[in-house]
Amino acid sequence: MLLIFVASFAVGFKVAAEHNLDDGYEIGDLADDFELKNVDGTMVSLSDYESAKGFLVIFTCNTCPYAQAYEDRVIALDAKYKPQGVPVIAINPNDPSVKSGDSFAKMIQRADEKGFTFPYLLDEGQKVYPKYGATRTPHVFLLEKTAIGNVVRYIGAIDDNYQNASQVEKPFVENAVNAMLAGNEINPKTTKAIGCGIK
Amino acid sequence: MISLVMSIVFGCAERKKADSGKSEIVENEMVAKDGDEQNDIPFPIYDFDGFEPLLHNNDGKTYVINFWATWCKPCLEEMPHFERINSEYDGKNVEVVLVSLDMPNMWKSRLEPYVMKNKIQSQVVILDDPKQNDWIPKVSEEWGGGIPATLIYNKDKRTFYERGFTYEELNNELKTFIN
Repeated sequence: MLLIFVASFAVGFKVAAEHNLDDGYEIGDLADDFELKNVDGTMVSLSDYESAKGFLVIFTCNTCPYAQAYEDRVIALDAKYKPQGVPVIAINPNDPSVKSGDSFAKMIQRADEKGFTFPYLLDEGQKVYPKYGATRTPHVFLLEKTAIGNVVRYIGAIDDNYQNASQVEKPFVENAVNAMLAGNEINPKTTKAIGCGIK
Repeated sequence: MISLVMSIVFGCAERKKADSGKSEIVENEMVAKDGDEQNDIPFPIYDFDGFEPLLHNNDGKTYVINFWATWCKPCLEEMPHFERINSEYDGKNVEVVLVSLDMPNMWKSRLEPYVMKNKIQSQVVILDDPKQNDWIPKVSEEWGGGIPATLIYNKDKRTFYERGFTYEELNNELKTFIN
């Protein structure tokens, strides 16, 4: 009896807490398109990708140590999944007037140094990340393109070991994309990680 | 503005498991993992299993557990408030613990110099466990992973805050635990 009470309290608490903390998208929501400036000077929208099956929208930046730790893995994700129709779209959500290291010029420099193979967009005016509900960098949103729009399928971390790619036991994003492309249930659909707050 | 011009050195951080089990946890002291290349870091380094007992002390004290990192600017901004609490509640059954989430390659280059330069008096420990999706919910189901974040608890009450504090806010919260 007591156990049941505690359990139901815990569940209710969790739902309430998640709702409070995350005003952005939840799994199953339709994600809005955007039009943001890429480091190559062009404007990029999801609708530009006519043959895509989905998107890995990754909020990341130049300056966060976690974002830096994942740069090579983001490049690898793009190399693996762009040919399968799920390209990486990276978005820097930070306000360059607050974090000068995340200025558009520095983004161009970083993309060049690292050889980014994907768009690296500036969320100018910071209008996109709050809609998605991104809270930290890096923060991944996997979208599936469907007849009714881009459906949010996974939200969270890239994998379970930021320190060492070779010691990853659970490649969350890869598992999610593989499941999505195979038409299988994604599990887990959300994961948590420490990241740098968006400024 | 903190400029983080550094490359993350993969593999420099050999994660150590907690030294097998609770038998080694004496009273309220946790068993620090000591070992080879981390010997010269003057703070205890825990994986989550080793760290977790600190979240569940049941000894009449109120614990203020602050999660921070030297790369987190808002964390550094609120650091003086935690230090002030630590000093003002000295001997009053309040323990402030500053849990650094700095990466292993920052312990020597950033964490230790920061603590020394600012003469941090509160207890500093390092939580080094990359399996964040496993342990973040064990700290609090409410935690999305952002820092600064603070847990205040005693045997009667437990509240988690994914936010920064002013001194007044922190002190007012703490008072609700000890009155």
